[in-house]
Amino acid sequence: MSTFLTRRLATIVPTLLFVSMLVFGLQQLLPGDAALVLAGEDHDPSVVAYLRAKMHLDEPLPVRYVYWLGGVLRGDLGESMRMQKPVTALIAEKLPVTIQLASMAIVIALAIGIPAGIVSAVYKGTAWDYAANAVALWGLSTPNFWLGIMLILLFSVSLGWLPASGYVSPFEDLRANLASLIMPAFVLGNAIAAVLMRHTRSAMLQVLSSDYVRTARAKGLDERVVVLHHALRNALVPIITLGALEFGTLLSGAVLTEQVFTIPGFGKLIVDAVFNRDYAVVQGVVLFTATAYIALNLAADVAYFLVNPRMRG
Amino acid sequence: MATLALDVLPRDTSPGQWAFSRLLRRPSAMVGLVVVATFVGLALAAPFVAPYDPVATSWSAIRKAPSAAHLFGTDELGRDVLSRVIYGARASLLAGVVSVLISLSLGIPIGLLAGYVGRWTDGVISRVTDAMLATPFLILAIALAAFLGPSLTNAMIAIGISATPVFIRLTRAQVLAVKVEDYVEAARAVGNPHWRIALRHILPNVVPPLIVQSTLAIAAAVIAEASLSFLGLGQQPPAPSWGSMLNTAKNYIEQAPWMAIWPGVSIFVLVLSFNLLGDGLRDALDPRQA
Repeated sequence: MSTFLTRRLATIVPTLLFVSMLVFGLQQLLPGDAALVLAGEDHDPSVVAYLRAKMHLDEPLPVRYVYWLGGVLRGDLGESMRMQKPVTALIAEKLPVTIQLASMAIVIALAIGIPAGIVSAVYKGTAWDYAANAVALWGLSTPNFWLGIMLILLFSVSLGWLPASGYVSPFEDLRANLASLIMPAFVLGNAIAAVLMRHTRSAMLQVLSSDYVRTARAKGLDERVVVLHHALRNALVPIITLGALEFGTLLSGAVLTEQVFTIPGFGKLIVDAVFNRDYAVVQGVVLFTATAYIALNLAADVAYFLVNPRMRG
Repeated sequence: MATLALDVLPRDTSPGQWAFSRLLRRPSAMVGLVVVATFVGLALAAPFVAPYDPVATSWSAIRKAPSAAHLFGTDELGRDVLSRVIYGARASLLAGVVSVLISLSLGIPIGLLAGYVGRWTDGVISRVTDAMLATPFLILAIALAAFLGPSLTNAMIAIGISATPVFIRLTRAQVLAVKVEDYVEAARAVGNPHWRIALRHILPNVVPPLIVQSTLAIAAAVIAEASLSFLGLGQQPPAPSWGSMLNTAKNYIEQAPWMAIWPGVSIFVLVLSFNLLGDGLRDALDPRQA
């Protein structure tokens, strides 16, 4: 276990270092003098001077990177020019909203994707299988911001059942909170359900043709017990590890979904930052996202290691 | 299995023709191919097919519901939605193809280098690839587009760069599998230089999975372009793009719902077709599925 962890951590450190270089490098893409661009439209000389000193713009590039990285390691992701707040504070403020949205999306994706995958594998080659595959293809091909607009058209404009946009804190009014998040969560969960369905189908097909499932059937066990207890339990391992990779899809999707439904979360933070040329926020969000993704994958690998005795050696 | 596949292969058929004939037998892939071809045709022939000028505004026809004169209705500036959807295919297809070409032209040489040279070159390239893959595709593209500045060209560059690591990984993995084959060993034994082995003996064997991945990547790039344009980071107004049309349509969802329907349907149908084609190609190019 310890050697596995050490080896895994050893690859993470350089990866994180390259992530930081990538994020720092983004700044170099800005045309012209970074301090002038970052100071906004008024080019206030005192702000420009402050920025030039803070970003060490008179120093060579590698020195600036070291200063910047030092700040990041101390938890300083810079400051939002527009909001006059540290980027870390902004992320901490917006993240809970997106976490709630993402959690609801995952629940919806699991509730649709796994049963659909099981049905499709058990009834392989039948109409059920084709239907499940068609639904998966639909999920993979629908741009989620468009699906969001169509749901607003149906449930908010035509039927008037749900609010078209806005967000209510769960601590204020849980009912209104769920009403404001159910459509965006479905939109976000839809694409992931498709991926989960495909993973579940292939994992189940593999497990269903294995010897122990044949033995279980030969014992005369009820097919339901064979599928749900014997096969699904083993198929779940690859589904969960592959599912963890969908974290990126979830965050990318959250950017668009929050924009469509005007939800003040993490995704809206990066879009607003882009429009306000609040570059430190864009960098901070990218860095945070990549780090979270790496941490989540590490967690998934460790979980896989723990549940799979063959890997312990 | 392998001999079986060879038996059904007529002597004068190239692997490409063989794969194409297998593709022809897949109805869903053929539907995908026909739809993609139709969109390409519409994009090329847009000036002849579109009933109106896509940027011509008309103050007398603002937000008119679909009618015989305007089959898809008109938008907030009185422009014909059908004409804009037809012209919008240009931005989507261009972005899809160009960004994947960018990914390929970066990904293949870098992947080849990593897989063929190995050692620390591979180590560095693989870690950089990991770092890029750790950043969600669209978020990386948004960040790149934000720093490069909003335009269709920059969106294509941003999407192309963001999609590159997948191609590096794929090329590298294929090269690692192929370079230990006997025929590569033989090519080396007869004294071929490294560049010749890499380009003439290894590269051709890397192509089939790259074709499949490219088709699927075009689908992802079309969605990504629409997403960036929806956020205002792609095609700039008044030039038509499906994503930016949806962005505007969202503001008029109650008064003019027709503005939101067709650009979205177009994205969906085009992306679905590329996905169907990609899935079909994967099966057709896989010799195990003879």
